[in-house]
Amino acid sequence: MSGHDLPEAIARHPAIDQWLGFGTDGRVDLRSGKVEIGQGINTAFIQIAADELDIDPARIDLVAGDTRTTPDEGVTAGSRSMQTGGAAVRFAASAARHALLGEAAKLLQARVEDLSVDDGRIFVEGRDSDLSYWTLAEKVDLGQEIARFARPKTPAERNLSGRRLARVDLPAKVLGRPAFVHDLAFEGMLHARVLNPPAPSARLEDLDEAAIRALAGVVAIARDGSFLAVIAESEFDAVRAAEKAGRHCAWSAAGSAPRDPIAAVDGTEAEIETGFEQGDVTACEGRRFSTTVSRPYLSHGSIGPSCAIAVWNDGRLTVHCHSQSVFPLRGSLAGVFDLDEAHIDVIHVPGAGCYGHNGADDVALDAALCARAAPGRPVRVQWSRADEFARAPLAPAMVTRATAVTGADGLITAFDVEVRSPPHNRRPGGRDAVNLVAASHLAHPLPVPPPAAGSLASGGSLDRNSVPSYAIANLRSRRRLVRDLPWRTSAMRGLGAFLNVFAIETLIDEIATELGRDPLDYRLAHAADERIRAVLRRAAELGGWPGSPKDGSALGLAYSRYKNAAAYCAVVVRVELDEDIRVTHGWAALDAGEAVNPDGIANQIEGGLVQAASWTLKEQIGFEGEAVATRDWESYPILTFAEVPETRVEIIDRPELEPLGVGEAAQGPTAAAIANALARAAGARVRALPITRDKLVSALA
Amino acid sequence: MSETFTFTVNGGEVTVEADRDTPLLYILRNDLGLRGARFGCGDGLCGACSVILDGHAIFSCDTPVWSVAGHVVETIEGLSRDGKPHPLQEVILDEQAGQCGYCLTGIVMRVKALFDENPEAGRDEVVTALERNLCRCGTQPRILRAIDAYARRVGPEAGR
Repeated sequence: MSGHDLPEAIARHPAIDQWLGFGTDGRVDLRSGKVEIGQGINTAFIQIAADELDIDPARIDLVAGDTRTTPDEGVTAGSRSMQTGGAAVRFAASAARHALLGEAAKLLQARVEDLSVDDGRIFVEGRDSDLSYWTLAEKVDLGQEIARFARPKTPAERNLSGRRLARVDLPAKVLGRPAFVHDLAFEGMLHARVLNPPAPSARLEDLDEAAIRALAGVVAIARDGSFLAVIAESEFDAVRAAEKAGRHCAWSAAGSAPRDPIAAVDGTEAEIETGFEQGDVTACEGRRFSTTVSRPYLSHGSIGPSCAIAVWNDGRLTVHCHSQSVFPLRGSLAGVFDLDEAHIDVIHVPGAGCYGHNGADDVALDAALCARAAPGRPVRVQWSRADEFARAPLAPAMVTRATAVTGADGLITAFDVEVRSPPHNRRPGGRDAVNLVAASHLAHPLPVPPPAAGSLASGGSLDRNSVPSYAIANLRSRRRLVRDLPWRTSAMRGLGAFLNVFAIETLIDEIATELGRDPLDYRLAHAADERIRAVLRRAAELGGWPGSPKDGSALGLAYSRYKNAAAYCAVVVRVELDEDIRVTHGWAALDAGEAVNPDGIANQIEGGLVQAASWTLKEQIGFEGEAVATRDWESYPILTFAEVPETRVEIIDRPELEPLGVGEAAQGPTAAAIANALARAAGARVRALPITRDKLVSALA
Repeated sequence: MSETFTFTVNGGEVTVEADRDTPLLYILRNDLGLRGARFGCGDGLCGACSVILDGHAIFSCDTPVWSVAGHVVETIEGLSRDGKPHPLQEVILDEQAGQCGYCLTGIVMRVKALFDENPEAGRDEVVTALERNLCRCGTQPRILRAIDAYARRVGPEAGR
């Protein structure tokens, strides 16, 4: 947290008591608009607040993402939560401290400089004063402005930052206590299942409503246009009714779809836009190297399918769900039901792991539509595994081309990247940008806003990380946003960075190999930023670079700075080629500025490494025409316990620098490092993900 | 049509009325209020719903309630003793081997069943037992490190 720039969220929620409250019982209520999605953010926020307040972190109760009580901090996404949400918590907690200490100084007739705090008790020149935050809070108006009081600690003054703090949410999850939205149980709660249309454009033309109502256990059905759900007292009755209800429905035929989805992306006629240009890549003379890489459509594949519980009471809608963006979702629900937002409460409860815009928002609307058919009763909608594959937004397929030119000294003088992809960001964005799956199925469907791709300067989407962060004189990034494919796509961990880093970092490796240069040295020769050099060197040391490639096993290396603005991450992997491709080890070195909770960061990077290895080696959504054919884990295998690498992460802590987002930093470098290792082990490259053994064998032939 | 089924859960006898084909998972979660077993796929392919039946780990999502009548079921809720977590839960917390944590209870139950049967189980046995327990956050390396620590506590070397 450098300087005293007021975080944007504080400008919108300026009062201390919008963020913090002091109970009479020695507890502190902390409120944040950023939510826990499995990344450990709650724990980091508690750590920051406890640090500013000098209290035991165990005193803090955090409420996050509740439209009734917490600040509106938009979406929890883009590896921005520590930079924005963490900063807001720091300022709010600091302001509370100084507002209360000011009152203490008055009461004690002491100078503020002579006061200190130990676990919330106030000391004067080291002597206990009998005052505490909790006694002071009764006397101080915490409705005052944060800006007036906040003076966050300098990094040197912090006691907790940089220490390992155990995840506050983990015990309940390990002990099997209710911990997820799935586990909520309300008095009188009904269970519902949605009938997902057989294809995205299929419409419900006819149904035998009486026959569905007559199915065992069905107490109501919810139908609006092509939205259809069955509601029962018992969950199993809802499941069976949903299975049988299909027989009583007639759907229109699916629309046409390209046979090869990746060729369709590649063959787009969408206009080309230039997102970044420096120098002139077209004017560079020298040796040219090119690559074209692709990835298929992917699934978020959270282990817990989406779930929400909604209830309508006297025209008021309350929804419990695992959305990353409860406030924008509230706006979108207001749009669907033509209600004032003030009549809707959206409350975040953690779901299973969230890696981007999954079905969490969609299922919230499903639940609200179901609950409308049973007023006054809470209705729980649980998606099936097949729903999770077919009804949630997919991560879009992509094709990225990269061309580099080297000069006489072998160094790269120009790097040109072109990205083709359907949209990566179609989150619900309030009343006028609903974009919830059921909203397009209603009798009066809500228009889906035209897709847009944010500017590269603000992080980009399909073109994220399409500009190498090396010192290269001539750079260009262009993109074609594919708008005409039938599949609903949105943000998944890293957005375009995953494939764009794969393109850049595999091409650089190919060039180094072609020129007889060591891939590490070659990267260092292009790295002007000392922080890049440090992570590259450290990852290389961890992995024992360059190792000794033997038949069938080798190391591979790659690096990127996420969004060209967040964490620096270098990855080395070791692969083995036998009956199958196996990533046996992954080492990562990371620089995320101030590492508030180093173990939490390491956990994110280790997990990112494993997940990215799974995307790289295994994953691909299958289609039958327009319909998603992938229905279960057999048709969408992911990396299993037997296949995961040993991982080790090292963090280069820079406590004096701003904390940088880490959640998505490992995805691109991991994919590229795997391909680079395979190229060294097998002497062949597969450019169309996933990299399977069969494709590698074909590439060798 | 509802029928009555009696079986043992975590040492106590329970009787439920349910359709005979109701998956044990729904009985545990909705009828008995034991929500530690999680719904993941309904097909026995992800392991989030794993519990122990007569000493063996099973998928409760595709085990009908009729088949457990008269048998002994153990769930995650039965692992703590006097409010103290099971050593397997302790090692997972020590290692901070969780991200979203949705898969963890199923993994704990499957690994507990393995070590109950074979206290000398090594890494190979562990990954084989966990063949159908998926984790999407990529926490497997940490979970395996935690299980290694557990194996050292309960295995043949323990106490030496």
